[in-house]
Amino acid sequence: MDPLTPPPPVRKIVLERDPFVATPPATNGNGIAPAPPNPLQATRARQSLADVRERMRLESVWLAYGEKWVVRDVSLPVRRGEVLALIGASGSGKTTLLRSLNRLTEVTAGAARAGRITLDGEEIHELEVNDLRRRVSMVFQQPNPFPMSIYDNVAYALAERPTNGRRRRRRTPELEQAAAEALRRAGLYDEVADDLGRPALRLSGGQQQRLCIARALAAEPEVLLLDEPCSALDPISTATIEQLIVGLRESVAVVIVTHNLQQALRVADHVAFMHLGELVEYGASEQIFERPAVQRTRDYIGGVFG
Amino acid sequence: MRTDQRAERALGALAVIVLLLIAAMAVTVFGKAWPSFSHNGLSWFGSGGDVDTQLRAMEQASPLAGHSLYYFRAWPLLWGTLVTTVLAVVIALVVSILAAVFLTEFAPATMRRTLDPVIRLLAAVPSVIYGLIGILAIAPYINDHLISNARKASVGYVVQLNGADVATATVILAVMITPIMVALIAAALATVPRSWREGSAALGVNRWRTIIRVSLRTARPAIVAATVLATARALGEAIMLSMVSGGRGFAANPLDGITFLFEPVRPLAATIVQNAEGLTIPVLAHTIYAVAAVLLVSAAMLSLAGWAAKQPLKRYGIRA
Amino acid sequence: MATSQPPVGTLAPAGLAVVRPRRQSTASWPLIDRVGYWLCWATGIALCAIALGIVLFMLIKGISYLQPSLFVHSPSPSVRQSEAGGFFDPILGTFILTALGIAIAAPAGVAIAAWLSEYARPRALARAVESAIEMIGGVPSVVLAIFGLLVFSQGFLGFLSQRAANGAVYGRSFFGAGVIMAVLALPLIVGATREGLAQVPDHMREAAYALGKTRASCIRHVLLPAIRPSIASGVVLGMGRIVGDTAIVTILVGVTLQNEAVGNVPVIGTLRGTGSTLTSYVYTNSPAGEGNAPQKAYAAAFVLLMIVLLLNALVTRLTGANERTGGRRRLAGLRALARSAWTR
Repeated sequence: MDPLTPPPPVRKIVLERDPFVATPPATNGNGIAPAPPNPLQATRARQSLADVRERMRLESVWLAYGEKWVVRDVSLPVRRGEVLALIGASGSGKTTLLRSLNRLTEVTAGAARAGRITLDGEEIHELEVNDLRRRVSMVFQQPNPFPMSIYDNVAYALAERPTNGRRRRRRTPELEQAAAEALRRAGLYDEVADDLGRPALRLSGGQQQRLCIARALAAEPEVLLLDEPCSALDPISTATIEQLIVGLRESVAVVIVTHNLQQALRVADHVAFMHLGELVEYGASEQIFERPAVQRTRDYIGGVFG
Repeated sequence: MRTDQRAERALGALAVIVLLLIAAMAVTVFGKAWPSFSHNGLSWFGSGGDVDTQLRAMEQASPLAGHSLYYFRAWPLLWGTLVTTVLAVVIALVVSILAAVFLTEFAPATMRRTLDPVIRLLAAVPSVIYGLIGILAIAPYINDHLISNARKASVGYVVQLNGADVATATVILAVMITPIMVALIAAALATVPRSWREGSAALGVNRWRTIIRVSLRTARPAIVAATVLATARALGEAIMLSMVSGGRGFAANPLDGITFLFEPVRPLAATIVQNAEGLTIPVLAHTIYAVAAVLLVSAAMLSLAGWAAKQPLKRYGIRA
Repeated sequence: MATSQPPVGTLAPAGLAVVRPRRQSTASWPLIDRVGYWLCWATGIALCAIALGIVLFMLIKGISYLQPSLFVHSPSPSVRQSEAGGFFDPILGTFILTALGIAIAAPAGVAIAAWLSEYARPRALARAVESAIEMIGGVPSVVLAIFGLLVFSQGFLGFLSQRAANGAVYGRSFFGAGVIMAVLALPLIVGATREGLAQVPDHMREAAYALGKTRASCIRHVLLPAIRPSIASGVVLGMGRIVGDTAIVTILVGVTLQNEAVGNVPVIGTLRGTGSTLTSYVYTNSPAGEGNAPQKAYAAAFVLLMIVLLLNALVTRLTGANERTGGRRRLAGLRALARSAWTR
């Protein structure tokens, strides 16, 4: 490419099989589709609103470590059929907020909370914690596959479900099927199907992260939490995973924390901007990125601070 | 550079002396042991009479009827060693894994601070003190409270039960080898990466199942290594066992049921200690060296087994 | 929208209940998992109880039979306990044997460790020596003992012990036992020294070489002084092993009641002679030996235990295992124990 011409603007990822787009978009060589004309996009927004269902709701959530409140009075919905991105500078509390959704904050001694977080209407602190975590799965920043085979990794959560006294079996036809399905949803199946007994740690970084996503998807969670999943990966793996995240939208509610604004623009439907623990602005991604209502949001997106 | 080369040669020579030492040890022990093996053939390992009688015959230089002076059937000793070692290692393995898991996962900070010196203390106690406690406190207790007179009568025609037996020996041996196993396994458990444990928790797996499927799997090379080390230690334990396992070279009979646990045994190493005075008598010396040769070979095979068992796990990213 | 925000952390939730959750309880676990949890707790407590039991038992029995006079009198042959004397000679014997063993093992061990760590050429030889050291660590002490007896009974080594009337070499003496004790302690010293050397950062060596020092000089003047605590801990570990060993003593020191010197030369005579140590004294006085003085056995065992615990505490101080570093990784004392189990 001619270095004097500016690179194409970042556009939202639109999938080829997206039913709301009339023609399949052409890609321009780095996996990012050009934006469809505005009217179609507006149609798409209107149509998807009818399909969304609220999965989780945060109401006036406060979170603290020790005496310091790191998340202050945040209220957000998490809906199925859409990707919610939490953006903000370091220390804005977005990761803490994410981890509170599956109660991982409790692992740290001295954690405190106030407010309500509900999953399908039930307060999550009244649910059994492992049951909650099976319904709300998490993928971490660094890929962390277990030192086992690929199959054992993906089938892990399913194999470890409570058996109520029945014998636990590691390999059953149901588990194998579920594992294969999860690997397909994560876009990894074709690459590893020949030998699922291979050690998971031999995969490349991008493959390992997709394996972790498959592992999280295997138990068919209702919500998928992603904590900066691509920050440790190269651009090509990042693009693959971003495609995959958008594709998952239909079946799971996705919440993704990212400090990469372009990534948020590419994948998210709704964006929540947090600063120093407070929710500064929440809205549809086009609105946040093109017409932010709050000055601080405008500053962050414009790169005044980072 | 001349001084450097001289120093290198000197130090190298010292290191080679160590090599020669172990080579010499192997050669001499096997050399001295050969007559006993050659006279008895493979039935050296078989059973055929009372070991003590055979040893006494060698001492008094009067061969038993119909046999040569070298006649020796070591099976009761081998069986005694096998029983005490295997039982003690199995008990110690279970206890050590539980204790190591407790130490690294469940123990509150105060308990962890106390257990650390407790385990080091148990490892430091000399074997003669374990033997003393065994023979002066535990054996009489077992004799008085756990072995009924009826039980004694049931085997009285063959052997006397007096509390110095398989059970006492195994339990004390297990206590002796547990600390080192706990130390090795706990050290390995502590190095399990936090990301794996967090990842497992985030998938909705409780702490116990995480320990079983992730932490213990990661610690498996250490568990294997600890077992090998503990078995070697148990094999070589002579003093404590010679004090509490019963003075008879008797093959405890598992068909006796529970009484089996209360019958005396004499493991290999203890035999060497108890017959050490007789080493001036050539025939007896050859027999004892034969026993030592068996011990040496077992120790060497254990090291090999430990090394081989660690290999397959390397491919899954578990660093041994 | 306020233009200036209050500093982070000063606001607090108003009117909302603040909950501080505790660590995950096991109430929701399946029964079998809970059983495992309780078993772990039971094992931890049981180990503490056993250690406490051993210490208390030895304390009670030992102190009840311990008198100061026992420390200064030599054992004398007598059936009556009150005339049987104390254990001065065994204590002296322990001391002699430990000193002799360490005097041989420490220089040799440090030298071998230095060679393995800094030179190690040719590679095959170094690997062989490493394996040999580890094998020595795994050989039972009885086998070492009878090997030693064999060696020291050879005619040409008769000057290290004594000769019987018919010219046969007795073979049993403090010398012989001392040498074998040195072999016993060697792997521990080599292991500790190698570990210390491995922890010295390379830039110290590079600085020494840049100043023109030879490798030997670097080892002598830079590396070894830097790892003094490691060497010391290895030596103390070796001492603990020597003090606690009984098999080598019973076989190689020719267990006699009193330390009986051979010949007229003061120190050498004792070393050539026979005697006993605390461990063999305990063994002989227990029912497994001559068996008629359990009280003396308890008293001597108590003294032995105190010595060993003291050495153990010394190793702890030397390896810095008592440092208060936070978190669940703080198992430094056990890690030191785990390392000392291996000679690599």
